[in-house]
Amino acid sequence: MKILVIVKQVPDSTTVIKFAASGRDIERGGVKLVVNPFDEFAIELAVRLREARSDVETITVLTVGPASAAEALRTCLAIGADNAIHLQDAAFDSLDELQTAALIAAVVRERGYDLIVRGKQEIDLDSGQLGPALAELLNLPHVGAVTKFELAADGKSAVANRRVEGAEEIVPLQLPALVTVDKGLCEARYPSLPNLMKAKKKPMTALAAADLPGFADAVGGLGGSTLERLEPPPQRPPGKILKGEPEQVAAELVALLRSEAKAI
Amino acid sequence: MGDDILVFAEQRENRLHAGALQCVTAARSLAGKTGGQVVACVIGDATDQAVAAVQNAGVDRVIVVRDASLRLYSPLRYRTALAAAITKVGPRAVLMPATFMGRDLAPRVAVCIRGACATDVVDVSCGQNGAIDARRPVYNGKASCHVTLPANRVAVISIRPNVYAPSSGAAPGAVEPLAFAAAPGDDRVGARELMRAGGEIKDVAEADVIVAGGRSLKSEENFKIIYDLARELDAAVGASRAACDAGYQPHSRQVGLTGKTVTPKLYIACGISGAIQHLAGMRGSKVIVAINTDAEAPIFKAADYGIVGDLFKIVPLLTQEVHKLRHA
Repeated sequence: MKILVIVKQVPDSTTVIKFAASGRDIERGGVKLVVNPFDEFAIELAVRLREARSDVETITVLTVGPASAAEALRTCLAIGADNAIHLQDAAFDSLDELQTAALIAAVVRERGYDLIVRGKQEIDLDSGQLGPALAELLNLPHVGAVTKFELAADGKSAVANRRVEGAEEIVPLQLPALVTVDKGLCEARYPSLPNLMKAKKKPMTALAAADLPGFADAVGGLGGSTLERLEPPPQRPPGKILKGEPEQVAAELVALLRSEAKAI
Repeated sequence: MGDDILVFAEQRENRLHAGALQCVTAARSLAGKTGGQVVACVIGDATDQAVAAVQNAGVDRVIVVRDASLRLYSPLRYRTALAAAITKVGPRAVLMPATFMGRDLAPRVAVCIRGACATDVVDVSCGQNGAIDARRPVYNGKASCHVTLPANRVAVISIRPNVYAPSSGAAPGAVEPLAFAAAPGDDRVGARELMRAGGEIKDVAEADVIVAGGRSLKSEENFKIIYDLARELDAAVGASRAACDAGYQPHSRQVGLTGKTVTPKLYIACGISGAIQHLAGMRGSKVIVAINTDAEAPIFKAADYGIVGDLFKIVPLLTQEVHKLRHA
């Protein structure tokens, strides 16, 4: 069984956002970059499958991103991936999510992965488009936002659980397949220092647009959304702080929620 | 591609999702500019009540794709069904609620029809030269992102729940059945079972009101006062990551960056300091109430109403007050 894990390097969740002069990105200087937390669960799932089974041949980790994203790949190699693919080219920067999925599809289509795993969304641009879009491009079944994943002994099918509003779906699926993972599936581990050292020796393949002759065709037929600008979120008016004895403020709050906010 | 706007009117177990009627509102504002019709599409097995609910919400037509194999969600079968409706209507844009189903389906359908996609959108409008403009929160709600979807592709857009008001209409839309023909391989995935969580307390992802507790509750037992208030408000119970990690509540109730993102009409944060990861999950709520002993807690910056005080005193009093109001 060959497993592919797709990760993205994102700014740490505590990053204070400052906008770049272009208005289309955030100021990147000094920002701590990490593996997208949902993708950490994806690599964890792959490594756990290998630990629990004897039929996992390889775990490949792939990212699309600038030179700095190699660091995210090395973290995943230290956690347990065997090899890495880094898609890096200035031409990739302007691709939207569907086109990025098409780029990845063009690279992985012939490599015969049995299972592709990805986080359910990225914590920077939060779109969550890549997983389902890639599954469609590769004509694979997928299950999104998975919180439990049981692979059959023969590796040909699986049962995934996914949380939905007020309920849980139990979803059987056939492999090859793609799943996106949610929190609750597993606890992600940290790479150990010795493993970080060993990860430096694991193979990492860098591919640019020139290495992918079908690149322009692959991404030309769909998507094309443009990020026009980023701006601060709409400001909420300052709130009211209620003061007084507990009995008094409780009554006042309920009255305000009823008459002013019309929320109850 | 024409001028019509198609709404995927999500239903489960014959209940229309509230977000579907909100999408109709967004669709009507787009159709007002394009000059087209608003067409709803309902996919499922037994769907009569869901169809009736959307039919009377100000849509021109309702396309119903009914089949026993569509009773529960399958990304492949639902993609095939919705793509067939899109082919039939030839819309300018397809809107759907950004639910677990909509977030899952939108990108898959967008690829299938070679369209363009934007997810979790809070404002959609017709832009210049035939483009569609969308605004969506990014970076955990710390920034707002303006995206344009190109004029030459069908725009597939999921709309964040509880941002648009629900639509209502006078004349019922005409219902048109559309036969379902599964594509080869569509049986490779599909839900076998939908397990309801059970109990009287709602899930945070479907509630209009959420009462949430933080680590200050100090134990699972102490969450009782949160549950009491939630019951009185017909609300869901949420919790901060710290409270879930401490085992006071299951992770399924966690609100925040690595939990659920919620946009209820009312969010009451009790003993939650308001770490940036928690704010990321709830700052889209319409009205936010914060109760905390620490006047400097960041949650007060996000709150519309704040009480600096001991939640163990305040919360039971709130429950009493709401009870009085409800039984007055």
